[in-house]
Amino acid sequence: MRTDERELRNPAYTHTEEPDEPTAGHPPTRTWDLLGWTRKHLFSSIPNTILTLLCLYLLWLAIPPVVDWALLSAVWSSDTADACKVEGAGACWAFVEQKHRFILFGLYPFGEQWRPMVAVVLFIGLIAGSCWPGFWNKGLLAAWAVGLTVCGILMWGGVFGLTYVENSQWGGVPLTLILSVVGIVAAMPLAVLLALGRRSDLPAIKTVCVTFIELIRGVPLISVLFMASIMFPLFMPEGVTVDKLLRAVAGITLFTSAYLAEAIRGGLQSLPQGQYEAADSLGLNYWQKTRLIILPQALRIVIPPLVNQFISTFKDTSLVIIIGLYDLLTTAKTALADPEWRQFYAESYIFAAALYFCFAFFMSRYSQYLERRLNTGTRR
Amino acid sequence: MAEQNSSRGTGSTAGGRSGSFLNDTRVRAVLYQILTIGAVVAIAAYLVNNTLTNLAARDIATGFGFLEREAGFDISESVIGYTPADTYGRVLLAGLMNTLKVSVIGIVLATLLGTIVGIARLSNNWLVAKFASVYVEGLRNIPLLLQLFFWYALIQTALPHPRDALQPLEGFFLSNRGFRFPYPVWETGWTLALVGLALAAVATWWLNRRAGRIQGETGRRPNVIGPAVALFIGLPLALWAVAGAPTAIDVPELTGFNFRGGARVTPEFAALLVGLTLYTAAFIAEIVRGGILAVPYGQTEAAVAIGLRRGLVMRLVLLPQALRVIIPPLTSQYLNLTKNSSLAIAIGYPDLVATANTSINQTGQAVEGVAIIMAVYLTVSLSISAFMNWYNGHIALRGGRK
Repeated sequence: MRTDERELRNPAYTHTEEPDEPTAGHPPTRTWDLLGWTRKHLFSSIPNTILTLLCLYLLWLAIPPVVDWALLSAVWSSDTADACKVEGAGACWAFVEQKHRFILFGLYPFGEQWRPMVAVVLFIGLIAGSCWPGFWNKGLLAAWAVGLTVCGILMWGGVFGLTYVENSQWGGVPLTLILSVVGIVAAMPLAVLLALGRRSDLPAIKTVCVTFIELIRGVPLISVLFMASIMFPLFMPEGVTVDKLLRAVAGITLFTSAYLAEAIRGGLQSLPQGQYEAADSLGLNYWQKTRLIILPQALRIVIPPLVNQFISTFKDTSLVIIIGLYDLLTTAKTALADPEWRQFYAESYIFAAALYFCFAFFMSRYSQYLERRLNTGTRR
Repeated sequence: MAEQNSSRGTGSTAGGRSGSFLNDTRVRAVLYQILTIGAVVAIAAYLVNNTLTNLAARDIATGFGFLEREAGFDISESVIGYTPADTYGRVLLAGLMNTLKVSVIGIVLATLLGTIVGIARLSNNWLVAKFASVYVEGLRNIPLLLQLFFWYALIQTALPHPRDALQPLEGFFLSNRGFRFPYPVWETGWTLALVGLALAAVATWWLNRRAGRIQGETGRRPNVIGPAVALFIGLPLALWAVAGAPTAIDVPELTGFNFRGGARVTPEFAALLVGLTLYTAAFIAEIVRGGILAVPYGQTEAAVAIGLRRGLVMRLVLLPQALRVIIPPLTSQYLNLTKNSSLAIAIGYPDLVATANTSINQTGQAVEGVAIIMAVYLTVSLSISAFMNWYNGHIALRGGRK
């Protein structure tokens, strides 16, 4: 539908002097005609031609040096940085070769790094599996419970002959995934309660929920993380210490829950009033009504915004660098602290950015697909 | 739902059915609320009590008295005058001003860039549309903080040392210490010139309204552009001349290892501004695109049918309708940009969070520090949403659907 509208916006279509396609009674042909396509999409008018030429010129300027830097002159493999420091050398992918283990897994004991590797594969498998609507049933919840337990065992160890690894040594990709997945999974129940509370008839409950949601949404994530890292120890009774990772997860969970609650509220509001009335007329009480009638429908509507929230939580986990956790961004930055490789920041950041991008891009495409798929059922 | 609850409640009591009074929904409602408030108060009391005990045990002062004390640390840049001898209150204010500076400039630039990219994505030129979508998809899916690190590292390593600074124009220096350029020595004349600009803007707005009214009454629109240009050039110039036409210009020069004089854009500010602008513009582009697509094509056809030119179709028909769709999500992007400016701390730009963090480290007063950060951001957020709500109401359909 979008492309149709775009087509209609084509000035060649609104001005009737020069129709591009045959109009005299024939349906437009579906054959792909290169010349016609080029004329229509690149050279349909004088301003359009100028724009096309300008774009081509920019590409001409940009592509050869980028290709030369990234591929042709790049140093792909080397044990020392000297090979990259010669005149005319391009990208130093040898940096990634030397440092990828640290960037991917942080301070995790080198010999044990197959464990976070397996955990990451498991996580990605679970996420990919959850993306398939055919799997949306109770079995998926069980799979997640088992998967998270296995990941926990793999990461911590201490049983089945695995050596114990403290979570202060976790880092890199597994930490980023753990922070975002656990953050969003833990935020979900809280968010549902907050959303229901915000739509409640009971003024006290409503006020508490609205205050929490608006307070969290009004402040930056950094301040919530600060609260988790500096103020939280003050909140606890003497002698009780809470681990840094857990505090970060708590901060991210609270932050995410406020945003999720607003998404879920959107779902609740978009249900027709008749659903509420029908549930009431069946004599269901509030919790029965909510559990059996309202939430199953509302949560379904909310899945695309939920995926979008997951993407932004995933990107936001990079902020834990400020409270000193070794997530993917921190390891990419710390790898540069080695004086020998210090100047290759571009390679390091591009490597990390590519990892972030792959995941976030896939999720955003998925959310668009889901939106179209879910829309077809409920479209009036 | 409230009605229905109470009627059911009345039913059960009026009917005099036996059973616990707990079955009365009104009683339950009150009970639930009391329980909730009780729980919230209990948790709060517990935390406050723990905090006070901990603070006493660690010998940390409480209260906002520290705002009056001397801060003793310097910050790399400030819009208002600040020296280490000033108070903590002053350094936090300087931080807030830096936050506002980068946010306001960022919002303006991101809106301009985002609008251009959003329209470009709808272009019927395939290359332009592809460029725009690569831009949007690329920047949206990479964490902002990573982008900030990248820009900052780029500025620091790709630009030369001050001694070999690039000089695109005489007196303009671009180096890894930032951008230095000549700047007038500030005197009353320049302030008056700014006042003149503001007056010209107000006068133009008034002229424009008057022109609209006259057009409505007589069908002829008086010329506004001519007088407006005259006002914008004439008023500032006249006021500047009245104040004695100051012409002294402060030109930067290299002394030792760094520059002295002139105005300066620091690398931290530049990296933050570039990062925030490019990142937010990608989101704004999607909003603008969605807004324009949301206007039915019949509107364009109708506008063309009554004989409007293409430019006017956009300005009078499409844009006003698209804006109503665009404004609410745009507001939240503005808020996001302002909140994201707090990432400044990671690259060393002294914004509110960074100055508050240093203050917390020096005084140990974490509770007050974080409270100040949160209160300020809440105020800023609420002000922006209030303004945008007002603007949204202002452009909403009058007398139509809600």
